[in-house]
Amino acid sequence: MSSVTNPLTEATAPLWRNNVALAQLLGLCPLLAVTTSLVNGLALGIASAGVVVVGSTLMSLLRRFLMPAARLPLALLILAALVTCVDLFLEAVFYDLHEGLWIFVPLIAVNSGLVAHTSNVAARRSVGFTLLSALATGFGFLFALMALGALREILGRGTLFAGIELLGGEGSRWIALDLPFDGMLVAVLPPGAFFGIAALLAVRNRLAAARTRASAAAPDTTAERAQ
Amino acid sequence: MASAEGNWALTAVAVTAIVAAAAYGVETTYEWSHGRIAANERARVVTRLNSVLDPGLRGRDLTTTRIAAADRDLLGSADPVDVFVLTDAGTPVATVFATVAPHGYNAAIGLLVGVSPEGVVTGARAVRHRETHGLGDAIDVAKSGWILQFDGKSLRSPAPPLWAVDQDDGELDAIAGATVTSRAVVSAIKNTLLYFEQHHDALYARAAVAAEAERSDQ
Repeated sequence: MSSVTNPLTEATAPLWRNNVALAQLLGLCPLLAVTTSLVNGLALGIASAGVVVVGSTLMSLLRRFLMPAARLPLALLILAALVTCVDLFLEAVFYDLHEGLWIFVPLIAVNSGLVAHTSNVAARRSVGFTLLSALATGFGFLFALMALGALREILGRGTLFAGIELLGGEGSRWIALDLPFDGMLVAVLPPGAFFGIAALLAVRNRLAAARTRASAAAPDTTAERAQ
Repeated sequence: MASAEGNWALTAVAVTAIVAAAAYGVETTYEWSHGRIAANERARVVTRLNSVLDPGLRGRDLTTTRIAAADRDLLGSADPVDVFVLTDAGTPVATVFATVAPHGYNAAIGLLVGVSPEGVVTGARAVRHRETHGLGDAIDVAKSGWILQFDGKSLRSPAPPLWAVDQDDGELDAIAGATVTSRAVVSAIKNTLLYFEQHHDALYARAAVAAEAERSDQ
């Protein structure tokens, strides 16, 4: 990134332009494994976003006291404690939903994209910047999980928001859609995860290329980042 | 930047504070959650036990005693599996085995098999499996009714040589495209019935002792 970058633009970049999953290609293991349905993606995304926001903000508050060598171990310790609490909370309150997330809630602690944010960004930047950028990172990852989950659920099962009652209680069952087709099984199988992420990456790259062309045509606008 | 990066003393204080806070946070969450998690697990076990019992037993005030039984060949696991003996005023009315089908297609399949005192299957459910989506996962009652075919079966009907899928000249239906899975479940349920036939008196006696010990504890 060049030095003229606007901090607001830089902090919100992980939301889409520099999305952890879709641009940095990090955290793909939980992304591919859990997104067999939108509700699974939503649940893991909320948990991931909550953990990175709290973890990064804590690290940013502590940054003045820490030697660089202590950043990564401490970031991992904070993330591990947070995910343990989140995991226990989910198992206590959303028992059936928790089962569908397998091992991937504890593994948020070692999600490379989120650890990188917590140990690098938070250790160098102000609390305000870190909070905004952690929100962008978390919601960016949540978006990727929901997009892939929705795509695979629609194509693979012909439903959307199936199982929402596991998250929102019986009262939320009306949200679930049953689409008028059965779906192709392959979309919810592991290969479908790769087809789905490929489709999302293609869309993202296409949009990024269009933006680069637009800013090259009008060089006086903020052409802050050549892709 | 040296002043902004702390020193050993500040780092040590910060790390100690975070370690203490993390330990406290995890401990508090654990204290808050472990009772709820145990209650969720119990509720699931009860729901699942009910699903494999004779419908005539539902709503009766039964005593459920959990014991463990180990038989690598007949119960499918080197580790002891849970066996639930349900009694009505001391008389056994049903036995539920948390048996294992060791040769599932992807991994061992956890089954719950309800057996009446006469040795008749009152219900079977796959409770833990990693079978292929769309093929072997038809053993899950949420996906298909395949596993309901075992209701009412016993070692007398069909006789043990016919306790096999149709491809193996047996009398039971296999799931199309998932013969391995079907064989695994059929033989696990047959073996459970064999185990019950050989050991039911011992199981009832052990359950009675365990229930007595539980009562005297309270």
